[in-house]
Amino acid sequence: MTVTAAPDAPLLQVGTLTKTFGGFTALDNISVDIRKGERFGLIGPNGSGKTTLINCISGALRPQVGSVVFCGEDITQLPPHQRARRGIARSFQIPRPFKSMTVLENLMVGLDFATVGSSLPEEDIAMSILTRMGLASKAGAPTDTLSQVELRKMELARALAVRPKLLISDEAMAGLSSSEVDEVLDLLISLGEEDITIIMIEHIMQAVMRFSERVMCLDAGKIIAIGAPAEVMANKRVQEAYLGT
Amino acid sequence: MMKHRNSIAFWAGVAIFLVAVLSMTQIVRNEYPFFAGYVILQFIALAVAWSILGGYAGYVNFGTNAFFGVGVYTAVALFKATGAPLVVQIAAAAVIGMLLGFGVGLLTLRMRGIFFSIATIALAIIIETFVMNWRFVGGAAGIQLQRPPVTAPFDSYVKMLFFVQAILVVIAVGIARYIQNSRMGRGLQALRDDELAAECTGVPTLKLKLVACMISGALMSAVGAPAAMYLQYADPSSAFNLTYSVSALAMSLIGGTAHWIGPVLGAILLGSTQQFLAVTISSEINVLVLGIMLVLFVVGAPKGIIGLLRPRYRLRAGGKP
Ligand SMILES: Nc1ncnc2c1ncn2[C@@H]1O[C@H](COP(=O)(O)OP(=O)(O)O)[C@@H](O)[C@H]1O
Ligand SMILES: [Mg+2]
Repeated sequence: MTVTAAPDAPLLQVGTLTKTFGGFTALDNISVDIRKGERFGLIGPNGSGKTTLINCISGALRPQVGSVVFCGEDITQLPPHQRARRGIARSFQIPRPFKSMTVLENLMVGLDFATVGSSLPEEDIAMSILTRMGLASKAGAPTDTLSQVELRKMELARALAVRPKLLISDEAMAGLSSSEVDEVLDLLISLGEEDITIIMIEHIMQAVMRFSERVMCLDAGKIIAIGAPAEVMANKRVQEAYLGT
Repeated sequence: MMKHRNSIAFWAGVAIFLVAVLSMTQIVRNEYPFFAGYVILQFIALAVAWSILGGYAGYVNFGTNAFFGVGVYTAVALFKATGAPLVVQIAAAAVIGMLLGFGVGLLTLRMRGIFFSIATIALAIIIETFVMNWRFVGGAAGIQLQRPPVTAPFDSYVKMLFFVQAILVVIAVGIARYIQNSRMGRGLQALRDDELAAECTGVPTLKLKLVACMISGALMSAVGAPAAMYLQYADPSSAFNLTYSVSALAMSLIGGTAHWIGPVLGAILLGSTQQFLAVTISSEINVLVLGIMLVLFVVGAPKGIIGLLRPRYRLRAGGKP
């Protein structure tokens, strides 16, 4: 089934999503639309369901109820690799590099499998992504020689090798120094300027405020606020949720 | 290009190997070297076949004996029913092995590592039990086979089998090398490192594992097919002997699984040691030797012989030395 989306239709539509683990409800009836080109911040205390939500979007988990529609196509039943090929890429909260490969080879996986036909040689594309992420000098390095910030950047670079329409970054700045946070944030913002829609999960509020056009806050699997960053931050329930943890 | 030159060197090596094997069958009179050599070649092919799933994908298959035995009995049944020539027996075994690989893969490859391994152990037991009760191929007592006349230019059946097994080695190595240098090889390596990350990077992990399981299974069964004619006899407990599983696994791991040459080196080293011990001491000691060497390597050289020979991250072919 091919549905051509109207030009102003949302890139991603999450509809009435519910995900439970045993008797525990991790996501409770989540509905949200992400616009094309949007920089979307996702916040919420630990355990509020942020990672679970992006697992449902990327296909790592299947929700019990609800649907995920991407570019007008219902992808709820598709495995993750099919979603990657359609343009959904993600990084992991705890980095998951391909450990037996070099940094460049990590990127080659996405170029080999997720993208179709390109005029440039794949290695050139991979190198240009690495250069952009400031990792060119590490191209031939094994991943276990990378520093924390380099590993985070490599995860984003590998996600970019999928040539995504939607990039989801799961706490890519956790554990970084403030200058490193700015570095990664600048990278994400510059990616957002070239037509990649980005969902950024982050705890660092300054980063979220600077990055996001819109922010959504989850608490215990429910949306407690969504809207402009300043609005959401000023929301009483959001403040309670954060102070309560 | 480096890659191109590598390929030329590889195929030249293959040609030299086959010519050497063929000349040997024409020059050497004594049959013993062919008897012993056949077993070593058989283990090279088995180890290489095993490493396609067990090494590249990291799914440890304990069911080598199931695939090997299925190959043996495909050949036996076909030979008894139709008198089909050896080549047909081998081809049929490969097809059955591939189907078996598909079936087993579909049922078990969704499970992670250890469950897959356990399922493959069960597989051999189930099939062996079935064959034990299959009267047509001799049941538990086994079956004697009369070799057909040998084909020119060979003057003995064992020499011919030696050459045939050498060709199976070349096929197995050719396929393993092709996979290693292809997109599929990169995908298998990615899923071995991290299956979820591979999926999210676009790798169709289930499909790749399934294809690897089918190719590996087809090769293992093909390698088993000539065994009945080699021994002129087949019985379930030898055809489905767990030693095949242990050997294929140990040889691959000892050689190293990151490159096709690893299982080849491991099989040559262990296979010839075993042959030597079988002649000088007893064949009972083989399993002990396998065990000791495996432990030594796991502790001392976890990346196997090739890990000792080559620096890390140069293992993937594709140009680099
Ligand atoms: N695979 C899983 N099995 C069981 N419980 C899970 C699983 N994944 C997440 N959870 C639970 O769901 C809740 C939400 O987790 P998560 O989405 O990781 O939160 P966040 O990313 O917002 O910190 C947590 O209570 C967590 O323990
Ligand atoms: Mg999380």
